[in-house]
Formats: sequence, structure tokens, C-alpha cells
Amino acid sequence: MSGHNESILREPLITGKDITYARITDEVLMPVENKPNKAWWIGFIAAVCGALLWVFAVSYTFWTGIGAWGLNKTVGWAWDITGFVWWVGIGHAGTLISAVLLLFRQNWRNSINRSAEAMTIFAVICAATYVVSHMGRPWLAYWVLPLPNQFGSLWVNFNSPLVWDMFAISTYFSVSLLFWYTGLLPDIATIRDRATGLRRKIYSILSFGWTGSVKTWQRFEAVSLILAGISTPLVLSVHTIVSMDFATSVIPGWHTTIFPPYFVAGAIFSGFAMVQTLLLVARKVLGLENYITMFHIESMNKIIIVTGSIVGVAYLTELFIAWYSGSEYELYAFQNRISGPYWWAYWLMMTCNVISPQLFWFKKIRVSIPASWVLSIVVNIGMWFERFVIIVTSLHRDYIPSSWVMFYPTWVDISVFVGSIGLFFTLFLLFLRVLPSIAIAEVKLLLKSASEQEKRRQIENKEHDKVYVDSYVESLEKFDSVKKEDYAKV
Amino acid sequence: MSNIKYILGSFGDPDEMMHGIEKLQENNIKIYDVYTPMPIHGIEAKLGVKRSRIDVAAFCFGITGTLSAFTLIYLTAVVDWRVNIGGKPAFALPDFIPIMFELTVLFCAFGMVGTYYASTHLFPGRAPRVMDLRATNDRFIIAIDAQQGAEHTKVDSLLKEAGALEVKYNERKYISYE
Repeated sequence: MSGHNESILREPLITGKDITYARITDEVLMPVENKPNKAWWIGFIAAVCGALLWVFAVSYTFWTGIGAWGLNKTVGWAWDITGFVWWVGIGHAGTLISAVLLLFRQNWRNSINRSAEAMTIFAVICAATYVVSHMGRPWLAYWVLPLPNQFGSLWVNFNSPLVWDMFAISTYFSVSLLFWYTGLLPDIATIRDRATGLRRKIYSILSFGWTGSVKTWQRFEAVSLILAGISTPLVLSVHTIVSMDFATSVIPGWHTTIFPPYFVAGAIFSGFAMVQTLLLVARKVLGLENYITMFHIESMNKIIIVTGSIVGVAYLTELFIAWYSGSEYELYAFQNRISGPYWWAYWLMMTCNVISPQLFWFKKIRVSIPASWVLSIVVNIGMWFERFVIIVTSLHRDYIPSSWVMFYPTWVDISVFVGSIGLFFTLFLLFLRVLPSIAIAEVKLLLKSASEQEKRRQIENKEHDKVYVDSYVESLEKFDSVKKEDYAKV
Repeated sequence: MSNIKYILGSFGDPDEMMHGIEKLQENNIKIYDVYTPMPIHGIEAKLGVKRSRIDVAAFCFGITGTLSAFTLIYLTAVVDWRVNIGGKPAFALPDFIPIMFELTVLFCAFGMVGTYYASTHLFPGRAPRVMDLRATNDRFIIAIDAQQGAEHTKVDSLLKEAGALEVKYNERKYISYE
């Protein structure tokens, strides 16, 4: 069978009438097979300007050293590691969608996984550039690898979380890339078989000669499932290890055992917010409302409330433990966060991450596209401040009051950060033009089981109880891509 | 008739294609392969394709990664150059676990995907052996070797009966070489 039977009570994952396999291909490949429109060019030019700023600022850092940044004797990590953790965290949603939701058989992942995975890869690229530039002497970056050398041979310190992190981030990046590309093969073959001339040649090389024979598909599914199985603990390990960069140190405010779960939840939280920021725009501009439906948006908002609340509980637990530990340094670190000179950053973090996502408890807000988009930006801002608060407020007042300072970013700090956003969007916009933004083959799988037209056919054939049908029709009300009049009679 | 190499039944619906497979099998007509734009669940059982053993390969690659990581860390941090950190033991197994885990995943993923590419002959630049260009778009193609002796009119009528939208007679095995 082409798909299992699905309960009528479940909301459809593809909406619209007369959707055929051919139409799915046409609609998803529309941006790939046609010339870009004005909106794309405006976005792309703005993003490229940002990326050029990034190239300039990073080159300037390499040339002058990290003295170009606002760091000082007391605050040795600031915007660089904030940016690094922020980008790695954003990357996590892609793997979560493609791996964890696959293991849980959440079919709604099928239409958002491709672009979320692309987002992961681009976010990790942005994160990795921070790691390299904060080293100060980037030409010695290979020193983090355990290579035989002429200093002894003196190896890297395998007890250090920074070395673990190098292994974690590079494994994460390369495995995500592999997962993403293997999933892309059937869709690249689709583009290849519709193209002519040079385009066909290029996509032919990229498609690895995919044909879609029985064995290829059978093994493809086995490979995807196992990759999902190993990527799930991988993604959890990555942010756990990132948190250990802090947690294994003896800095008050960092030295806590709650960090691994708290960081992982925060990563998923910020990642879903970024997916929401990107997809709400992409769905409108690329006309993908039938594939990325209100159900998808609402589901992601639900994940944002859950992870946002976990993060909120973690903030409160930290405060409680700071008091309960009886350690005056720990307690002071938190008093300083709340009411010290960086109080505004702390309260911005609290408001953006804990308070405002609670608005998603209201269904009206959860299914409103403008509200979801604005709140997703608010979460992105809040999660940036979370990392800033953790890093800078713990460092700026150390054990000797005479060395207490404030951190002020220089224009280079700001340019590297703003530029990295430009780099990210440049890569993402290019991706939308050359590769399908939705996994075509996986969405086709849903057509005969979870689509609105299939459910409508079942309703018209009177295959279900009226109670169930009514409840299903009621659930369609929130969909902006479904016409209510169509269901007036049933 | 002699020039015809493959007969292709082109279906617009996966369930009809599955029906077509059944029809052909009832008449003892051997199916060469089936090309689809998406995975079809249950087709491997019908065509007698054995369960993939790629999971075994994945496990072997993974365990190789675990052992490689352990060996690397043990030989460098315990045997070759012990670092005295406050007199703590150099053989600190818990500290080895994160990297052992990461390399398990790394080796497993690359080994398994490499095996997959090798076993299904996927590599960059391979000439796509396509029988019907729409098999990656909206058609579900059953390919039958025309030289096998089955009567062509019979195959034709069986495929059409099952719901094939068209039946093609290819004189070349792969059209993508044209």
C-alpha cells in the first residue's frame, strides 16, 4: 500500500484540492526551475551585503588579532562565544525535526525537514567560524586535533571539554551534511530528469545516478532510520558538551550540573524559533501554504512553549540552587545578574524566553502567522541574551573587586555578529534557488493518507461517523489554506 | 518485436502499480525492477527483495569508531604522554566517553552511508540509468525484460487491466544515454 490508513481525527498535512504527484513536483520546484523574483533579489542583495561585512570583520580580526574585539583582562569571552553558542543552538532544531520526529513517526516533519536541515548546516557553519576566529591565531587551528607533533609529542588534553567540543561539533556538522545530502538525492534526480542541457549535466553529477529502483529505496529507508537513530543522541551530546565548556569550569554561575539539559532545551527552543522565522516567510513567498500548513505552524509553536517552559524552570532552579547551595560566590553571581549593572540583559532574557512564549497558550496567538513570526524573533533575541548573560555576567565581576569591569563591544564585534546573520541568509537564499526546499519524495508519501483531499473523499463516501467528521471539520477552521465554504454542506 | 528490450508499465497510482505486480506474478511474468518517485512500503516483500543488512554494517562501523577512539585516547593520554593533573589518574575513563561516543557516531554514519552508496552504485558523476524520465516525478514504472519470452500482448493487456496509463516498448535499456 502507498500509505497506512490514517484516522479522520488527525488534521491534514497537505491541504488543497486536486493535488497530484505531478503538482507536488511542480509547486516545490517552482523556485528552482524559474528565475528569481524581486523579493528574492532584494533579500539576497541585503544578505550578501551582510556577508561581505562578515568577510571584512573576520579578516580584520585575523589581521589585527582578537584585540580588535572588546575583550579585556577580566572578560575573556563575550560576543564571540555568545554568537557561537547561539548559532549552534539554532542548528539543533534541524536535526531534531529530521531525526527525533522521524523516530517518533511524526509525519508532519516531512514537509519541513529539508529546509530545517539546511538551516542546521548553515548555522553550524556560522558557529564554526566563531570558533576559528576566537582562537586568535587561526592558522594554528589544527592544534586542536590530536596530531603527532614535535613538542614531545604533546597531545591535546583529552580531559578537556573544549577538545570534546571539537569532536562533537565536527561530527555533528559532517553527519548532518551527510544526512541532508543523502535525503536530497531522490529530489535532485527529480530536477535532473526534468532539466535539459547544462542544468541536466550538473544535477546529473549531483544526483549520484539515482534511479529510484526498489532496492535503492529499501536501503534508503533503512539508512535514514539508522541515521536518525544515531543523530538523536548526537544532537543531545553536542549541546551537552557545549554546556560542559562552561559547567566543568569553576566560575560561579557556570559550575552547575543543570547545564546540559538546560542548554539542550534552550537549543531546541531557539532552533524552532529560527525555523519559524524562516518558514513563515518562505511559505508565503514561495507559495507553499498547502504543504507547510497551519498544523505545522501550531505544532512548532507548541514545541516552543514546552521548551521555553523548560528553560524557564531551569532559570528558576538556578536561582534556587544559588541560594540553597550556601556558596556566597554562587549567590552573588545570581544577585549580580538580576540587579547588577547587567540587570537589563537578564530581564530581557527572562521576558523574551520565559514570559512572552507563554502567550502561545492562547490558541488565537498560536495560529496567528504575524504573532508567531514576531514571537519567534523575540525568542531569537532572548536566546542571544541568555548566552550573553551566562557568559559576560559570570565573568565581569570576578574574585578580585579591583578587576571588576564592564564589557563594551567594538565595531568589529558587532560586525562579525551582524555579518554572520548575513552569511546565514545568503546561504539559505541560495539553497532555496538551487535545491528543493521541501523533501518532494517524502511529501508525496503523505498524499494518499494524510491529505485533505483524501480525507474529504472519505467523508464524501460516508466512511466515518458524523461525530468524528464534525470534529475533523472543526479542526480545519484554523487553516488559512482551507476554504470554510467547502465544508459548509458536510 | 525483436528489437524491444524492455516493456514498461507506467502507472499513475502506487496502489494500481502494486496491483499490476500481482497480476504479472500470477501469470509468471518476471519483473525486472520497479522505479518509483517515492518509497513504496511492502513492495520488497512482494518482489522478494531480501531485508537489507545495512544495520549490521552500521553496527560494525560504529563499534570500530568506539574502539578507535578508545585506542587513540589510551595510547596518547595514558601510554605516550601522561599529563599530571593534580595527581589524578591518567586513565580517566569517564573523560574518554564523550569522544568515544562522537567517533562511534561518525564512523557509523560515514561507514554506513558509504556502504549504501557502494551497494547501490551511487557516486558523483555516475551516468543515471533511467528507463523512464517520469519515474522520479509522477509515474510508477514496472519494467519487464522483453527477451524473457513472455508474450508482449499478454504483458500489455495485464498492465492495462491493472490500470497502467501507458505501456512503453523501449528498444534501449536506458533512455538517459540518448
